[in-house]
Order: sequence, then C-alpha cells, then structure tokens
Amino acid sequence: MASRPRTLYEKIWDAHVVETRDDGTALIYIDRHLVHEVTSPQAFEALRLGGRTVRRPELTLAVPDHNLPTTARLDASGKPVPIADSESAAQLAALEANAPAFGIRYIPATAKEQGIVHVVGPEQGFSLPGTTIVCGDSHTACHGGLGALAFGIGTSEVEHVLATQTLLLQQSKPMEVRVEGDLGPGVSAKDLILHIIGRIGAAGGSGYVIEYRGKVFEQMTVEERLTVCNMSIEAGARAGLIAPDDVTFAYIKGRPMAPRGAEWDAAVAYWRTLHSDADAVFAKSVTINAAKVEPSVTWGTSPEDVVPIGGRVPSPQDFADEGKRVAAQKSLDYMGLVPGMAMTDVPIENVFIGSCTNSRIEDLRAAAAILKGRRKAANVRWAIVVPGSGLVKAQAEAEGLDKVFTEAGFEWREPGCSACLGMNPDKVPPGERCASTSNRNFVGRQGPGARTHLVSPAMAAAAAVAGRLADVRELV
Amino acid sequence: MQPLTRVEGRAIPLGLKNVDTDIIIPAKWLKTVRREGLGAGAFETIRAEPGNVFDDPAYAGASILIAGDNFGCGSSREHAAWALGDLGLRVVIAPSFSDIFSGNAVKNGILPVVLPQDAVDRLLEVAREGQPISVDLESETVTTPYQDRYTFILDPFRRHCLLNGLDEVGLTMARGEAIGSFEAARTAAQPWLMRGTAAA
Repeated sequence: MASRPRTLYEKIWDAHVVETRDDGTALIYIDRHLVHEVTSPQAFEALRLGGRTVRRPELTLAVPDHNLPTTARLDASGKPVPIADSESAAQLAALEANAPAFGIRYIPATAKEQGIVHVVGPEQGFSLPGTTIVCGDSHTACHGGLGALAFGIGTSEVEHVLATQTLLLQQSKPMEVRVEGDLGPGVSAKDLILHIIGRIGAAGGSGYVIEYRGKVFEQMTVEERLTVCNMSIEAGARAGLIAPDDVTFAYIKGRPMAPRGAEWDAAVAYWRTLHSDADAVFAKSVTINAAKVEPSVTWGTSPEDVVPIGGRVPSPQDFADEGKRVAAQKSLDYMGLVPGMAMTDVPIENVFIGSCTNSRIEDLRAAAAILKGRRKAANVRWAIVVPGSGLVKAQAEAEGLDKVFTEAGFEWREPGCSACLGMNPDKVPPGERCASTSNRNFVGRQGPGARTHLVSPAMAAAAAVAGRLADVRELV
Repeated sequence: MQPLTRVEGRAIPLGLKNVDTDIIIPAKWLKTVRREGLGAGAFETIRAEPGNVFDDPAYAGASILIAGDNFGCGSSREHAAWALGDLGLRVVIAPSFSDIFSGNAVKNGILPVVLPQDAVDRLLEVAREGQPISVDLESETVTTPYQDRYTFILDPFRRHCLLNGLDEVGLTMARGEAIGSFEAARTAAQPWLMRGTAAA
C-alpha cells in the first residue's frame, strides 16, 4: 500500500492508535509507564476507591526520586536512615506500599539501580525506540532521545494509564528544529537546547511535538540526545524526539530490560523504519546555525531568557512585546540584576550539578574535566554533585571522578532530583545564586527566593572555579 | 468530576504571561498524598506581595482567573489544577495554555478558555472594574455587562466530558475489548514490546 509520507512522530502515533472517536480524539496505547512518589499517590488512591486494578503491571516501573534526601541512605550498621521530613517520608512510604500492592516492579531507595526516573528508564533498557512512554513528570520528554514518543502527564492520566494502559489524546502537530553545521569547541548539547529555547520561546512549541534534525544530532551520543529532548517541554512542546540509529541501538543492547536474541534483531529491524520520510511535511520548521551557538546561560526566570555567556543582561526595553517587557522587569527584580551587566560579572554562591537533564556519566566527566586540579572559588559556599542514579555514581567512582569533585570542594551525594526542585533538603538559600545544570529557572524553583542560572555541566564547573558565571572555553 | 455548563462571577485580573505551575503551587506543597487543601499554597510567592490580586477584597469569591500567554507551563503537576479548584476557580481565561495543564484542568472540572490577546486585555479591564464575567460552555461564549461577546472553542471531547462531568477512566474501561484486541495483535507481532519489566 502506498502511504503518504509521514514524520517520525506520525509513524509512532499511528502505530499506537487503538481506535479513534468521531470527534477526532484517539485512544493511544502506552508501552511504558514510569512512576515516582510525588504524582502517583492520588492515582493509586483513585484506583482503590473505584475498585480498579492495574491492567498491565509489567509495563510500569516505579522508583522514588523527588523527595529523597541525597545524604547517606544506610547507616554504619547497614540499616536505612529514616527520613526526617514526615511528609516526604509518608509520600515515599506510599509508593513503596502501592507498587507491590498493584503488582508493579519497584526499585527501592537503597538499590544501586535507584535514580531519577528519566535516568533509570534508559539505563535499564525499559525505555525503547518507537515506544510511547509516559510519566507524571513533564521531563519525560527526555526519553525522546532514544526515538520514543515520551511525554509528561497529570495524576488523573497516571490513573488512566494504570487502569487501561492507554490515554485519550488529540494528536499534536509535527514541528522540525533543524540544526545546520557543527557546534564549536566547548559548546555542549545543553548550550544548544538552551539556545533553541531562547530562539523559539517558552511557548514556541505549544501544541507541537518537536523532531530535532541535522548532522549535529546524528553525531551526538545518546546521553547528549537525552539532554536535548529533556528540555523540549521548556519550549512548550509536548515531546521532543530524535530518530533512532546505530548509536541508539548500541546504547540499548544488553541492558537488563532490552530485547534479546531473535527479538533484538526483530526490534532493530523495526527501529530502522523509524525516521521521517524524505518528503514528510512539518507544520512548523525552525532552522538554527550551529556555528552561532555559544555556551549559554539564563538571566531571568523563564527558560527562554537565554544569552550567550559573552552577552549582557538585557533591558526590558529590548523586547517588542508588552507582556514580555513586564515579565522581564519582574525577572530582573527577582534575579537582582541590572540591564547591561556582563553575564561574566554575575557572582555565584552555589553550584548544582545534577537533574534529569545533566546527571549522567558523560555530564559528570565533562564537569570533572574542568575541575581536575582546580578548586571552587572562596565565595562559592555550596557546591554539590548529585549523580542521576546509583549506577552512574558507581561508574563515576570507578573512574575516580568523585575524588576530582571532592578535591575541588564539591559534595558527592546520593542520586535523586535534589536541588533541581528542592523537594528534599537540598535548597538554594533566598537571594543567593546558583549555577545549575537543571532545567528550570522559575521563581522559587530551587527554594524560596533562590536565583537560578541554567548552564551546562562544564559551565557549572567553570562557574565554581571562577566564583562567577564564566566562559568554560577560557579554562580548557 | 463536577460538571460545568455556565459560570458567572467576578474575575481575578492576574494578566501575567508564562505563569508556570511552580508559581501556581510551589514544590513544597506537593508532598501531600491528597488532592484537597492546596488552595492554602496557591500562588504563594505572588500572595507574599502586598496588594496582590488574590487577596484584594474586590475579587473575593471570584470563580474566574484571567492570565497571560502560556498559562500553566512547566511541571505536569496536577496539584496546580487541584489548587485552583480549592481556591473556588472554575474558569481560566488566557491567550494560550500549556498542553499538560489544560488537560489536567478539564479533568478537574476547570475550563480553560483560549481567547485572543485583545479580548483578554478587554476582559482584564472589565474584571478590574469589579464587573462580573459570564462564561457559557454550551454556547462557547464569554460575555460582559457591557455587551462584549467573545466566542471560544474547546476540543469537542473535552467539552463533552466537562458538560457532563464524565470520568475518562470509566469511559475507556468500557473499551476494554478494543484494547485487548490491540494487545493481542501486538503480543503476536512484537512480543518484546509487551514484556516491559518482565524482560529483566
């Protein structure tokens, strides 16, 4: 049958339509569901109240991450350390009880496989190309780096997936972000995605699923692709994806939950069909010149507030849109910045290396490469590294990276979401700044009154050494 | 879910753009295992400012919130919708909403109304005068005592659910047979897709 040319997103969508309602809403099959402790208790409670069960327990994986303290989880005698915050403890206990009660695989806080859901999914081979992946967390877009259609959902939808393994959805429109040329030295995947968000805006991807296309993405490792897709939501897109290729297949092969033997061969043969057809049509297209991307930093309280590290704090008057002028002024007030200030003059008191955007082994290597033989500046009060999972932590320790970090004055922590959103004790104090490898610079995100500057892992390391935002290219 | 057909009342003229769900309900409030009581933490950072619109007696008892572009962006936390509902809000009017937030809103009986910026600006004016605004989901219109009349469109399925207070989970469970056929075909053609955690 000759079919019309389709984008990657449309191919994955079509393969998951159970049925379509007359009003155009589709019932979409969900292949993989990740669950953490914050957005699931009310869903499990609703199942209980409705007398409902989990339709396909083996397609859901539960792991605690948001609330967990990143200090030692076992005491000297090997017993679990109790969690001081009673609400956090109750929420974590709820997941620990709900998962087995509904037959769902649960990775406990003390297991070496524990970590941030979006690090654990790919690491375990649970997240696969061409699958639909959901989680009650907007950074689920991350798994698009493997060529999956992955997106965040609310708690009512968590219940819907648990009960039916489907979601009722309207199809989004396909959008292309094409990057031409090569990134310059010292410019990372994080710098590129920050640049893209700065270019298209925090709502630029609203109603769309973005496919990132171009040689730059083909040359990226899987971990770099995960970083790019992770932040698609910060541009308002429901999801972001990159076509799977041999790099993807090599990453997945042999992981615990990945297909094996003849099924592996069948899976790869299918995955090779997952790319946009040559003449597929995108509803919106944006082209970026990679050579113009520099190490990026944020100055404001929206991820679209991006400037190159060599740039200056903008003036509200620089913006044509009235709403944006008002927002920019509020951001500057909150951030304690004045227009015209050089970004490299912004002092930094805190550094956070972690989050589902940048806590994988390559991120830690990139930061450690800058920190080796150096020390954080005297004015940097608090610097922590929070690996994305226990397996990342073990790998980093095997490579001696933990020593590099601690010798540079960083604290080496246990895995979790940590200071990305400050649900656990890791918070940035009011009025202080943080160079953070996380994904959101929202008001109060890293703690009430905290001022966040989003950067790459290497740029966070450079900021720690300089005691101010700094251009990592001057340190390599 | 509480059905919604028509809402008339005072509106809170927030007007800000890119109001993220961390602003609507900060992370420290997400430690609850319940849906109720989140109104206490709603818009906490804005409410810390003296003279803010949420604590202005002129807008007490409002059932409508008017905001700027990209309302509800950021985190997928449904706690944002629960918090708005706990404040007594049933309608949010804005030029655009984040995809995840608008879905969460409808599932909790809250109507997201998308109107062009000039219409939103006009409604902000009316709200600031303390005049009531009417939102009718049946006819998909927003009206004011000054004869302003704007039409909006809500996705037909969401409209149907909201008008009738329908539970999507129940609706989909009734399609269990279709889901079962889909799963059977998949298990036969691509068994590795169905293994999930059992593959380990």
